[in-house]
Amino acid sequence: MSTERRADETMPEDWSVPWPLRVARVRRETGDVATLELTPASSFAFAAGQFNMLYVFGLGEVAISISGDPAKGDRIVHTIRAVGAVSGALTRLRRDAVVGVRGPYGSAWPVAEAEGSDVVIIAGGLGLAPLRPAMYSVLGRRQHYGRIILLYGARGPADILYRRELEAWRCRLDIDIAVTVDHAGADWRGNVGVVPTLIPRISFDPHHAVALVCGPEIMMRFTIAALRDRGLAEDRIYLSMERNMKCAAGLCGRCQFGPHFICRDGPIFRFDRIAPVFGIREI
Amino acid sequence: MLGTKLAIERDGLQRIIDSLARRGYRVIGPTVRDAAIVYDNVTRLDELPVGWTDQQDGGRYRLERRGDAALFGYTVGPHSWKRFLHPPIQRMWKARREGDGFAVVEGDAATEPLAFIGVRACELRAITIHDRVFLSGPFLDNSYRIRREYAFIVAVNCDQAGGTCFCVSMDAGPKVEAGFDLALTELIEDGRHLFVLEVGSAAGADVVSDLSAEPATEEQIAAAERVVARTKSQMGRTLDTNGLKELLQANLNHPRWDEVADRCLTCGNCTNVCPTCFCTTVDDTTDLTGASAERVRRWDSCFTLDFSYIHGGSVRSSSRSRYRQWMTHKLAHWIDQFGSSGCVGCGRCITWCPVGIDITEEATAIRAAPAASGR
Amino acid sequence: MEGLERVVLKHPFFAGLGSEFGVAISGCARNLRFAASEYLFREDEPANEFYLIRHGTVALELHAPGQPAIVIATLREGDILDAAWLVPPYRWNFDARAAELVRALGVNARCLRDKCEADHDLGYELMKRFVGAMGERLRATRLQVLDVYGTSRG
Repeated sequence: MSTERRADETMPEDWSVPWPLRVARVRRETGDVATLELTPASSFAFAAGQFNMLYVFGLGEVAISISGDPAKGDRIVHTIRAVGAVSGALTRLRRDAVVGVRGPYGSAWPVAEAEGSDVVIIAGGLGLAPLRPAMYSVLGRRQHYGRIILLYGARGPADILYRRELEAWRCRLDIDIAVTVDHAGADWRGNVGVVPTLIPRISFDPHHAVALVCGPEIMMRFTIAALRDRGLAEDRIYLSMERNMKCAAGLCGRCQFGPHFICRDGPIFRFDRIAPVFGIREI
Repeated sequence: MLGTKLAIERDGLQRIIDSLARRGYRVIGPTVRDAAIVYDNVTRLDELPVGWTDQQDGGRYRLERRGDAALFGYTVGPHSWKRFLHPPIQRMWKARREGDGFAVVEGDAATEPLAFIGVRACELRAITIHDRVFLSGPFLDNSYRIRREYAFIVAVNCDQAGGTCFCVSMDAGPKVEAGFDLALTELIEDGRHLFVLEVGSAAGADVVSDLSAEPATEEQIAAAERVVARTKSQMGRTLDTNGLKELLQANLNHPRWDEVADRCLTCGNCTNVCPTCFCTTVDDTTDLTGASAERVRRWDSCFTLDFSYIHGGSVRSSSRSRYRQWMTHKLAHWIDQFGSSGCVGCGRCITWCPVGIDITEEATAIRAAPAASGR
Repeated sequence: MEGLERVVLKHPFFAGLGSEFGVAISGCARNLRFAASEYLFREDEPANEFYLIRHGTVALELHAPGQPAIVIATLREGDILDAAWLVPPYRWNFDARAAELVRALGVNARCLRDKCEADHDLGYELMKRFVGAMGERLRATRLQVLDVYGTSRG
């Protein structure tokens, strides 16, 4: 016996079937990046760092991190960059279009475990999207953390994501934010330089800090080296890894990274656990 | 009744097949086709490879006539039971455009119960390994679960080992220990052709109740045990599994990977014939009008470039990295993931590799000279 | 060792270096040869040797998943390969691949560091040359990062 499910109905029972959801809002972030807000028919619970599989009818599915606030189950937020057929189609959707959603999948940023510590969030490029939920969670319980530092590097001023939000956070007295770009024109008054160059200058206690890192793999490699130079232990560094993803359920075998399934053991990994395979070519 | 050993005549097996068919099972067993022994529907005993045996070595598979009329006188061919429990092509769901959105249809998969005749010990082990892969994680493969629950297994103790067999090294045979409904050991001696039959489950006992079967004599049981012991001594290959996981995980940059890469064609035969390889891909398609869509899952191989594709290119573009992925997953990472080796020692990957790459030889070569730096 | 001492002093990096320093350095040095496509070292490996290129081209590369290795610079006859061996944590920051047949001088890092600690005059001579070479490399890299040939950004 089969059941049909359409938008504005509850989540399918079968985890492998996409849940049709309506697009409530589309925001253009930069040239090829857009943020979609979807309205779930029932409250959608997820943890910071997790991702959904987003389905475009007849075209395919892609894994996209959830970028909204875990405390708000009434909207599902995804920031997507157009890099292929499906992601491109997602960025071109309009309000009221219907998208299929499966999830949430994967491991989460250690937001609860980091209570009592300084939290250093380091994002490169689109890496800010999967880290924003962690920032929301940490700010939501601000008094339970030590220093909170955000380092964010973008290609250029036009590529800065969530700019108004960053400026709003910057106005707070209880977060340190440093934004840098790889290159800029003379009208940019901010930092120019790669993100790892900011790390020697920030102030945190390496014995009581946790670093959350997300960005292109080369950027994460150099960031981790800079964090280690500051005395941060490998079991205090977390990163988000990415590989080919189809089922997101640990059954198709494609997302393997050494012995780890990125869809199930990741995408968030404590660095010491993947250090033996991280940096091995073509692993 | 579990564990009971009975003796049945040759045509007792025909009655078992008939009994299963009456109960609504689709009965599948070994048959000869295209110069190989493959699994297909069977209704009569003469559809089995009567009097055939196989000669196997690296990159070599030949059928030959035996001197007798044994029904199971060969080892394993290119097929494994995974093609029935984890089908090569399977539709997962379909969807239909509606207005500005779409509706998905879930839960319309139907299936018939399957009965497998002639499951070897290594294949039983492979099925248990797949049980862990598909049924022990946070998300279950539901269609596997249903097929598996209704599968009836008639296992067979091998009366000889193949040229590429090493189930003994993997502790996966040659004797079938558990996980079967019925288990047969074929005895052909002194002009008699019979089976020692062991009952392994209540379902098996139920099927046996349709037969008139005598308890096996001590002499028959001893003869069956001699068959197993003889097979055990004939293994074509060996694999030293001591510390093998640690050895491979510490040697990801060993020069042997370059050496095997010179020979590997990345054809993916090994992943196709391996009874435990499970990787798949999905195709999302629509019909020509774009009104309906479906998702189809099909077998894939870590040897393809698409397998590891992420925006811009494949993570594993060299054949070196793809062979390394397959072998280290099978013999090392699998243990971290599922608690046991992924290899059952069936030897299919060795037999069906067009250039005869031998996983046991590769492991031995790395063990003989581990890389000094350890990475 | 006399032949090696001459080779050391002839290398452009050591131009103007006193012969007594040449003797000290050649005591830690050896001649090396790399075939085309051979890697001199890989990222994150211990940096144990100071390489000076005598002949041929070396490509400095970074690897990332899903793409071929990115060549960030090529170095030639007369260039030095990097100073990672000079400062902790003594680990290479990128891969170095011989783009063609390469002949190089290899100076054992530990040996040279110890000699510099013992003789600060030797250390100072080397530092002057390093700062010059690294400064030039930084200027070139900055220009490279400008992406001057790319289309203009809004």
